[in-house]
Amino acid sequence: MTVAAARLPTPELARLARETRARVIENAHRTQTPHLGSCLSCVDILIAAYFHSLRLDPSNPRASQRDRFILSKGHAAPALFQVLALRGFYPLALLDDYGKDGSLFAEHPPTPDRLPGIEAATGSLGHGVPMGLGMALAGRIRREGYNVVALSSDGECNEGSIWEAAMLAAAQKMDRLCVVIDFNRWQATGRTEEITGLAPLAEKWRAFGWSTREADGHDLDELAKLLSAVPDGSGRPVAIIAHTVKGKGVSFMEDDNNWHYRIPKADEVDAAKKELGVAA
Amino acid sequence: MRNAFADEVAKLGREDTRLVLLSGDIGNKLFDAFKEHAPARFLNCGVAEANMMSVAAGMALSGLRPVVYTITPFTTTRCFEQIRVDACYHAAPVIIVGTGAGLSYAELGPTHHSLEDMAILRTLPGMSVVAPCDEVELRLLLRAALAHDGPVYIRIGKKGEPVIHKARPRLALGRSVTVREGQDACLISTGTIMPEALRAADLLAGQGLSVRVESFHTVKPLDEGRLAEIFGEYAVVAVVEEHSRLGGLGGSIAEWKARQTGKLGTLLAFGVEDTFMHEIGSQEYARRRFGLTAENFATQVQTALRRS
Repeated sequence: MTVAAARLPTPELARLARETRARVIENAHRTQTPHLGSCLSCVDILIAAYFHSLRLDPSNPRASQRDRFILSKGHAAPALFQVLALRGFYPLALLDDYGKDGSLFAEHPPTPDRLPGIEAATGSLGHGVPMGLGMALAGRIRREGYNVVALSSDGECNEGSIWEAAMLAAAQKMDRLCVVIDFNRWQATGRTEEITGLAPLAEKWRAFGWSTREADGHDLDELAKLLSAVPDGSGRPVAIIAHTVKGKGVSFMEDDNNWHYRIPKADEVDAAKKELGVAA
Repeated sequence: MRNAFADEVAKLGREDTRLVLLSGDIGNKLFDAFKEHAPARFLNCGVAEANMMSVAAGMALSGLRPVVYTITPFTTTRCFEQIRVDACYHAAPVIIVGTGAGLSYAELGPTHHSLEDMAILRTLPGMSVVAPCDEVELRLLLRAALAHDGPVYIRIGKKGEPVIHKARPRLALGRSVTVREGQDACLISTGTIMPEALRAADLLAGQGLSVRVESFHTVKPLDEGRLAEIFGEYAVVAVVEEHSRLGGLGGSIAEWKARQTGKLGTLLAFGVEDTFMHEIGSQEYARRRFGLTAENFATQVQTALRRS
């Protein structure tokens, strides 16, 4: 079997996004692990990528022509772990081990040799985009024709290495490299704008030579279209500035940065699932 | 030495199409031969070493064999976290080459000195650390590194270092090479300070002492079998390196020795003291400043032999 994009229709993507959110919230409660807000803000991006655009073969996770997806904001691994299982890279039951002593599922992705579907062990910020650039360059040298998508965030744009990579990628005209910025306007301890004066973020990427689009980071249809249009014909790397809401999908978590670290209680899990329309 | 590196990497680039050469905006004409043959496999990453190291790791995880080249501090301390996470944690076969190791660039000041690179890199799981004594070792070690399935750090000098090996030695990663035989004491040297070690052996020969000289081109993994043999046989063993006395070859051997039982020879360790050299000077001046001279090695070995 060869690599292929799933291209699921938007209603199906929406159902999977709701299910993923519910699973991530349950997992946070069950395993008492943080970063819920960061996970919920990028669920729609992950779903659009994995269930619509990325050309993959879960039965052959190392297929040389597969598109590479790197979770550069590695602390959203709890969401990625659910999505990879739903996409068929490993059984959902494997996630029962999450957070247990000796488990592969830590709060950040393990190395690619340990878990199918993982392309880079991120967690230290500022690594995934440069590594993705290296993978994209290798694809060009080896004429393999795959795309590399790196999911970063406004918080991660604090890291200088992101901008080092942005310059080299533009100089090298790496049109098969796409960086998605999960722009939820928060980082661990405050507003991204207040901490590093990030605005105008899209203009910055444009000025660095990237073909830059802004999108509603929760509009699955729009995300699927943009992610499927890489390369976009401009001859330049593609930046998608995805405007998101931290904690998206659960009213009492949305845009409340306490949920960067807060762990939901049992009744909060039930309330969240009710809002998501997912059976308890 | 760096010309030999450029020559050898160009040869290897012809033999192995997986090899890519990444430079941090140095070596303007140095790599013309490589670029001429494989322009698509040469990448000047600019003065952005953190990104360069991650790019190399990404390439290595995609089936290529990247060789990263720039001045030693910028390819080690500058991007230590990228080496740790992207190369070592991923066990990515990245070859990191640092030129101007030790005090090679003494006249450029401490920003360009490299006296802690071996110490920090050898703490990383899976990382091999090598310091060839001349271009013969460099060429062979570069080949060995390319055949090795993991990250390797190669610390090289600048230019004009003398050739030590008149004949091609049998050489493997992690196996030391005997440069000169001797019975009374042993000098263990790593990197381009080797000529001073050999001159010390000459000076001691003038005093009627026969001194073995060993090239420990690989600092990690340490050739423990050879160490056991040497420390069992000689009353005095002196380690010579152009590196801080903290954590380099002398430090590694001291750690090894502390784990041994039984009677072993005395360890002398010559290296740079724990300080920055604020004053300007040539490499020769800097070596004298830190006692890295044949005369000092010879005197201290003689003293230790008298006490043993």
